[in-house]
Amino acid sequence: MSADVGKTSHLRQQVVLSGVGGQGILFLSRLLAEAAIAGGLPVITSETHGMAQRGGVVVSHLKAGGFDSPLVRAGRADLLLVLKEENVPLHREFLADGGALVVNAPIPPDAGPRARVHAVDADALALSAGAPHAVNLILLGFALARLGGGTAGGFFCTAGEIRGALTLRQGAGGSRLAASLSALDLGISNGT
Amino acid sequence: MSDRILMQGNDAIARGLVEAGCAVAASYPGTPASEILSSIDRWRKKCGATMHVEWAVNEKVAFEIAYTAAISGLRAAVSMKQVGLNVASDPFLSAAYLGVTAGFLVVSADDPGPHSSQTEQDSRLLGMMAKVPVLDPASPAQARTLAATGLDLSEAFCVPVMLRPTTRVCHASQDVDAAPFRPPVREARFVRDPARWAATPVFRRKLHDRLAEKIAAIAAWPATAPVRANPGASPAKAVVASGVAYAHAGELFGELGISDRIALYQVIQPYPLHAAFIDHLLDSYAEILVLEESAPVIEMQVADRRRVRGRMTGAVPGTGELLPEIVERLLSRFAGLPVPAGADPAQGGGRKPTLCPGCAHRSSFYAIRKAAPAGIYPSDIGCYTLGINLGAVDTVLCMGAAVSQAAGFDYAHRLSGKRVDIVATIGDSTFYHAGIPPLIDAVVQGARFVLVILDNGTTAMTGNQPTPGTGIGAGGETTAAVDMEGLVRACGVGFCRTANPDRLPEFVALLKEALAHARERGVAVVIARQPCAMVALAASGKTPGAIVITEECNGCRHCVDRFECPSLVFDEAANRVRIDEMTCTGCGVCVSVCPAGAIRRESPGEKRT
Repeated sequence: MSADVGKTSHLRQQVVLSGVGGQGILFLSRLLAEAAIAGGLPVITSETHGMAQRGGVVVSHLKAGGFDSPLVRAGRADLLLVLKEENVPLHREFLADGGALVVNAPIPPDAGPRARVHAVDADALALSAGAPHAVNLILLGFALARLGGGTAGGFFCTAGEIRGALTLRQGAGGSRLAASLSALDLGISNGT
Repeated sequence: MSDRILMQGNDAIARGLVEAGCAVAASYPGTPASEILSSIDRWRKKCGATMHVEWAVNEKVAFEIAYTAAISGLRAAVSMKQVGLNVASDPFLSAAYLGVTAGFLVVSADDPGPHSSQTEQDSRLLGMMAKVPVLDPASPAQARTLAATGLDLSEAFCVPVMLRPTTRVCHASQDVDAAPFRPPVREARFVRDPARWAATPVFRRKLHDRLAEKIAAIAAWPATAPVRANPGASPAKAVVASGVAYAHAGELFGELGISDRIALYQVIQPYPLHAAFIDHLLDSYAEILVLEESAPVIEMQVADRRRVRGRMTGAVPGTGELLPEIVERLLSRFAGLPVPAGADPAQGGGRKPTLCPGCAHRSSFYAIRKAAPAGIYPSDIGCYTLGINLGAVDTVLCMGAAVSQAAGFDYAHRLSGKRVDIVATIGDSTFYHAGIPPLIDAVVQGARFVLVILDNGTTAMTGNQPTPGTGIGAGGETTAAVDMEGLVRACGVGFCRTANPDRLPEFVALLKEALAHARERGVAVVIARQPCAMVALAASGKTPGAIVITEECNGCRHCVDRFECPSLVFDEAANRVRIDEMTCTGCGVCVSVCPAGAIRRESPGEKRT
């Protein structure tokens, strides 16, 4: 199963990404999956397509480090990444005890007593940066900075692996990549 | 660095087909199967193979295109969603009798839940009805290998084979190994044999006998036999699972620590279930739990009611998706462990889907309610089903039914001496798919209704595949394009006018004219033509903005309730509407919707064309 290089043998992580159609949840889950593969971790994700994508609730599951089932069970997510604050009550059941909620919100919302909550107003950051479609990468950057990357208890991948996956996806040197990287960095700088 | 590639299940199926030398592939888009065909085209380009890859006008046509290649000696595949197989069921059942001369894979993607479908039907049951063998992958990686196995099986027994993935396979992504591509056989060779290919009922009976013999032999084919996941001990209980339910069970066997107490089998070919496996199960185990989606196909073939538990016995829920939380409870109960009481994660709830900001369908629906406020509004399958949020969709049955239901409403009400305005809506792709025969029927029968064809130049709901009207093929190549107005007139429709629905006052006036025609002289067609907002936005790269709410907003909610654009947000505290700058496309249609004139365009001269 998992390629036994460095961190991979013991690092198993379950992530749920939640938002609404048009926010780039699908892009984010593919990006994280590619970063996992680049880091030598087997990965399986589950995506939402079809009618829900038209502005409705969109949720992706991602399991890195050797899983068979594509779905995260309730109470098992190490990390819940929420791009639309109104989804927190809907999806906080996924969080494991001691799991981290990273949410796009001006004020940290209530996520129960056992969750670690990190909030950032990614909408405001995106608008002020003139990049309303970059909320997803801003929140990801913020999460990487807050939780730490490539460590147990932190994120399963590092900011460097995300940058690498973005470069593979969008091509080095292009303006799209530059915009994506600056959104990621905007999130990182707001999380440190 | 790994050389494994992240593949969506649909990518993996496509990869498996192209690797195995598939030469012809056809499809009609439908969630969760839509990405298979576009992915086949991508892999085809990558390996430089010569293939015929097409988005067909509907699933029946797609099936017949691919099937005919497979009776001409070329490997072929057709892909569709489960309700698409309903449309293709006529050739599907017949093709099982006639068989093939080269591998033919029918990919029918099921949607337990359902997440994006009209039904939770199990395509495997249709396979059983047709006597077509079915393979049931548990993951994207397995879907890739079973695509090739399916073509081999099809060729070995000269029968069509079904690959039945579900949403959790199609729309899962996984690191998958890739194999080299095998160049497709390029020489088509159709051997004339009218007794087979044009068989009359007498010959059909013989073909049925031969099909039954094939199915019996396939039930002993080693390559698709069930596999025990935890060989070794001989416990008294067994779990038999297929598809993604097997993936959930496999993971839970480890977590619950029940691997040494219960045997776990994966069924790869649920129909026909291997005969020796059925004997083995009944000889070896006192209790058997069957986990499968979404009908009891395996369970009904292991016919021992005293020992087999599943959907038929009520041990497994009879409807809905087998989520891992449910599988955990079923396995715990079966193993005699405490059953966890934990909550299931939300299925549904939260923000409901809406038409996109800037979507011209919204304008059409708003205008329809203005023009025919007491009307009946039959509609159809596509994004525009979401016109239900604007109160302008009363019925959605299946592809093409808007047209026949509009006629049906007219006849039913006419019988009782009632006059009612009927305005049906159908998308351009759906119109080509199944709207033309009922339009011909309506003209012939003198039905009185207005049909609004919502022509956004794409199959938007499923990811913007081309339609027969766009002149673009599956690989982006130029094709012939069908003239919609000419087609409508050729059906015998006397009133056919085209307009941009975003010009609201003019469009309402046109609808009223069409209604007047329909009342006196029969069916009228209005083509509401405006490109899909998502395509237009992607093409122009336009930044949001420019629409503002002035102080004149009195909080009447008309725009929020009747126009229902997600970029118009009602601020309860301030009792007025504000613009969500994150999502507004600046289309400006809402400007003419506000009764108080409080929605304005900030900087003029930016109007969408």
